[in-house]
Amino acid sequence: MTALASSRARPGLRPVPYGLTAGLILLVLAASILSLTSGAAGLGLGTLLKAPFSAEGLTLRDKVVLYDIRLPRLVMGLAVGAALAVSGVLLQGLFRNPLADPGIVGIGAGAGLGAVMAIVLGSFLPLWMADLIGAHLVPFAAFFGGWAATLLLYRAATAGGRTDVATMLLAGIALGALAGAVTGVMVYMADDKQLRDLTFWGMGSLAGATWGRLAAALPLILLVLLIAPGLARGLNALALGEAQAAHLGHNVQSVKRRAIFGAAAATGAAVAVSGGIGFVGIVVPHLLRLAMGPDHRLLLPHSALLGAGLLVLADLASRSIVAPAELPIGILTALFGAPFFLWILLRQKGALRG
Amino acid sequence: MLEITDIYASLAKREVLHGISLTAKAGQVLAICGPNGAGKSTLLKAALGEIPARGDVKLNGQSTAKAKASDLARQRAVLPQDTQVAFAFTVAEIVAMGQEAGDFAAEPGLIEAALAAVGLANHATRPFQTLSGGERQRSHLARALAQVWQPIGPQGPRWLFLDEPVASLDLGHQLQVMRLARAYADQGGGVVAVMHDLNLSAMFADRMAFIIDGRLAAEGTPAEVLTAPLLERAYGCKVAMNTAPQSGPWFLPQACDQA
Repeated sequence: MTALASSRARPGLRPVPYGLTAGLILLVLAASILSLTSGAAGLGLGTLLKAPFSAEGLTLRDKVVLYDIRLPRLVMGLAVGAALAVSGVLLQGLFRNPLADPGIVGIGAGAGLGAVMAIVLGSFLPLWMADLIGAHLVPFAAFFGGWAATLLLYRAATAGGRTDVATMLLAGIALGALAGAVTGVMVYMADDKQLRDLTFWGMGSLAGATWGRLAAALPLILLVLLIAPGLARGLNALALGEAQAAHLGHNVQSVKRRAIFGAAAATGAAVAVSGGIGFVGIVVPHLLRLAMGPDHRLLLPHSALLGAGLLVLADLASRSIVAPAELPIGILTALFGAPFFLWILLRQKGALRG
Repeated sequence: MLEITDIYASLAKREVLHGISLTAKAGQVLAICGPNGAGKSTLLKAALGEIPARGDVKLNGQSTAKAKASDLARQRAVLPQDTQVAFAFTVAEIVAMGQEAGDFAAEPGLIEAALAAVGLANHATRPFQTLSGGERQRSHLARALAQVWQPIGPQGPRWLFLDEPVASLDLGHQLQVMRLARAYADQGGGVVAVMHDLNLSAMFADRMAFIIDGRLAAEGTPAEVLTAPLLERAYGCKVAMNTAPQSGPWFLPQACDQA
């Protein structure tokens, strides 16, 4: 088997890493089962496995825990993790830089500003309107804030049908500073409860997962996950520069537009339902590039798997460590992600030195 | 046939090409020469649609402005001056990008053949970032070759556009690359190369276009174009001219006029 595979392989062209693919699928499955079978309600694997074979099945309470609490939370974890990781790959490929993340195309700044304004100014809404929009105000404001910021940056950086990626980056920094200032004004205006909401929104959580929220976020994320593989060859070619990508037959402006707005839609939807969860979009693609090379045709699907698996595991940890309370998941991804990332980088540096 | 008609182009609002018209025939090597800043590379970029330009460019009878990028990619390949590559692609993966863009995606062994043609047969598995400047340039040439591997295709001759193909190469590899270009033209393909080295241009090019200050100063065979008065006007140097037995004119710069 190995001999056959290696005789077919061509030097320098990395084969599809089926072992890694299988491992990542197992990771997602294992994380999903763990996520469904652990929690404060005490509904464990044993009960779930026995239920189909026993006469009474699950109790009503267990059904509610499984279908209305744990399952939407699992699906949201998978979707948000995949969305953040795939957005990272898209933007890093577009900016030709492994450090790019959704923050730099204005999604982060815009979404954060939208959320903060909704939290603080939401209290000024007339009561009937607040009742109508209710809990959906913050997610919608975050999504549209991120989308509006991306659109603004894209317009600012596009002239004569060409988008200048460097201008977009600079304008993104300016917009980030502006959003930071307005956020400061909002924080100054906020009362104590709002301050607490603001802080926790920034740290991210999947605790608000409901089927209702998923119904809005999931289709967008799935759409982007479906579009992304079609950009893979274009992003590969962009590694050689925009002019060469065009000479290799790619419609560069279309690749740029789809990558920017794909990332904006997926991240916007993810941030809207889960708040600020950092690090997934940078760490996941980087680890996979080390493991299997930079080819976006392989990187995109594998990043979706690893992002989904890792975020579900992080969510599991976030609600297990201080159970029955919960740590915000953004704290965990940074607390464990950052040292691990540093370790990988230092090890890689050591390997380069020989 | 490549027909460039009345091309004007500006960089940072300053017009740098003032209406250049030029044709190149398949089966020939056209060298675009001229002093630094004359607009050689700008002319190439304008002809390739990399920068906005007024004027018309036809490749094999078709206007390139309206053509689809994927169709053009089957007819022409471009060797850039800037050889930066983001991310740790291997040399073979980069050549494969050229192969997939052209008509030869299904051709087995093409990557190896293209790398062998530029003398990098043993470099397929190397990460591009670990290559020297000259090796990077030759990897990109292998990629361009893999894209337009057969000089003649169903839509007519295929084209290689080379922006200073020998700029960072040693003497031996300069000759190797120029021989490749020559052979491509001899088999019916078209080659357009921006060149600094007049002697190599005279040795390998059939036609020469000499650009000074964004205008076509002279065009013809190297022997017709490369005259002492033109070179003095272009470079501000006296140039000793001579004739090599097989390759036509060759030059040695003499005292420049700084004195």
